[in-house]
Amino acid sequence: MMPQPFTPKVVTANALFEGDVVYLAADGDWTRALSKAELFTNEATAALALLDAEARAHEVVGPYLADMAPGPDGPTPVHFREAFRMRGPSNHAHGKQETI
Amino acid sequence: MYTYTAFDQSFIRTRVAQFRAQVERRIDGSLTEDEFKPLRLMNGLYLQLHAYMLRVAIPYGTLNGAQMRQLAMIADRWDKGYGHFTTRQNIQYNWPALRDVPDMLDALADVGMHAIQTSGNTIRNVTADHFAGAAADEVADPRPVAELIRQWSTDHPEFQFLPRKFKVAVTGSPDDRAVTAAHDIGLRIVQRDGVIGYQVLVGGGLGRTPMIGKVLADFLPQADLLPYLEAIVAVYNMLGRRDNKYKARIKITVHEIGLAEIKRLVAAEFAARKPLFSGVDQEMLAGIAAQFAPPAFDAAPAAPIFNASPAYRAFVDTNVTAHRHPDYAIVTISLKAHGATPGDASADQMRVMATLAETYAHDELRISHEQNVILPHVPRRHLPAIHAALSGAGLATANIGLISDIIACPGMDYCALATARSIPIAVEIATRFDTLKLEQDIGPLKIKISGCINACGHHHVGHIGILGLDRAGVENYQITLGGDGTADAVIGERAGPGFGADEVIPAIERVVMAYLDLRTDRAETFLQTYRRLGLAPFKAALYPAEARVHAA
Repeated sequence: MMPQPFTPKVVTANALFEGDVVYLAADGDWTRALSKAELFTNEATAALALLDAEARAHEVVGPYLADMAPGPDGPTPVHFREAFRMRGPSNHAHGKQETI
Repeated sequence: MYTYTAFDQSFIRTRVAQFRAQVERRIDGSLTEDEFKPLRLMNGLYLQLHAYMLRVAIPYGTLNGAQMRQLAMIADRWDKGYGHFTTRQNIQYNWPALRDVPDMLDALADVGMHAIQTSGNTIRNVTADHFAGAAADEVADPRPVAELIRQWSTDHPEFQFLPRKFKVAVTGSPDDRAVTAAHDIGLRIVQRDGVIGYQVLVGGGLGRTPMIGKVLADFLPQADLLPYLEAIVAVYNMLGRRDNKYKARIKITVHEIGLAEIKRLVAAEFAARKPLFSGVDQEMLAGIAAQFAPPAFDAAPAAPIFNASPAYRAFVDTNVTAHRHPDYAIVTISLKAHGATPGDASADQMRVMATLAETYAHDELRISHEQNVILPHVPRRHLPAIHAALSGAGLATANIGLISDIIACPGMDYCALATARSIPIAVEIATRFDTLKLEQDIGPLKIKISGCINACGHHHVGHIGILGLDRAGVENYQITLGGDGTADAVIGERAGPGFGADEVIPAIERVVMAYLDLRTDRAETFLQTYRRLGLAPFKAALYPAEARVHAA
């Protein structure tokens, strides 16, 4: 059986202090905006980036790789859960809807 | 109401100080997240989808005006000006920052509240009938027993690492408003030949494998309560499965081992433990019970009201329940305004409710598992003033027990476990039936929505239950029909394949329209019609295309 082809991913987590959704940017900083996240198209590079992120437990909680598709304004969510994480709740304009 | 002793006060203050130090150690790197997580969960702090979430216990759903006011202050100062009341009579804050949580817990301690054991594999906050002490049909107030269990279970050294969480509910009325049959242990206070005792149900629960609790003891003497509870939890602690999270609740233990064997094991454990109880538990219960003495009812009758507004009449018809005292009423304040998030209250609304309780209603409030707020002791003559004040705060919606009085868990708008959203579905159903102006005509109908299989929204016991799932990357909603959470609890039947988010509201509308066609008359409720006719006609309404194929 052929292995599944690698789908592009970002490293995402929750910020330790505020708990809000953050993404790993190309400069190594955490960003609140998915559009500024680095999209990994190579499986080995993504795995290494996740290992690095896991070592930054003083900044974030629970980093993981999330599937994203490339878009004109940076990565876009493939699954609706990541779309909600990117946007915030649908009943109040709170979270990222207030700041971005 | 129970007032904290010096022991209680020092216990929760010590706990806050410990947690403050734990937060500091997490921030300075001395604790890893794996080490910190169980500590924060023991203090009610979750990490959810967009932020931390603090779950605060409202033991047996009872609080006073000062406590409600403090909840409002916390919402304003450290959150976003609102709180969410849950199906376990708790309140959740959706946006606290990690560094602020110890201060929030200190503010709670100022009014005798805490967030202990609102999470983790322990005995959780004990819930009770929200009409306790006020209901006309009550055998005894369930709250003294609930408070006794709270004290016994808090930091109980044997039960801090159970196989899974453990939920206890208590009712003192034959009309079970506390869904006791859907709890790990359900206690029903009963009377036999003038003597008070407990019917003990075990192994109820919703979630992935819904089960109705089974009667373990039909009439347990009062003095045996704590040793018997301890025996049940000890047997579960020993036999409950730790290998599989989804089979770890006591309902699975009871199901796999059998009720007869559980009964035998509990009896053996009870015999060993009972002599260790010196009777101090009964002395404490008596002391607690004295604090739950009914208020001094002031028996001035209500003057008749002429030319009351239609809005007031609808409110009294729908949201007001008979009280044990003829000149009193129980007022349920709906947190389900059409278009609003079920269970949410703004800080301003909390303050209005606190003031009403203090001014008119013996300074008592309740939170129901149906996510509403109750003024349990209201002299009937104050109903017009209360209605007027509620109207001014957007709290006078007259829909208790009706189609828009929907239970909905936070779902994927907030919860990290959710597989789909609940809140928008609840909002759309309420808005749709408000537009149709059919709500009063439809009559009693309980819709309950969960955003995942864990069933915090109690969908299995909704007359209409809705379960949100992730089906191949799309939100999908399964409908169950005929569930019932009262004394003779029934798990609803799954109607068939699920519906997409844009199909579920029309599907609910078809079911409800089918009911209106099928009922014998207005007096026959949705649930009665369902029980008379079964699933078939409702299924035909839900899936008209399939019904046509079968008819052809």
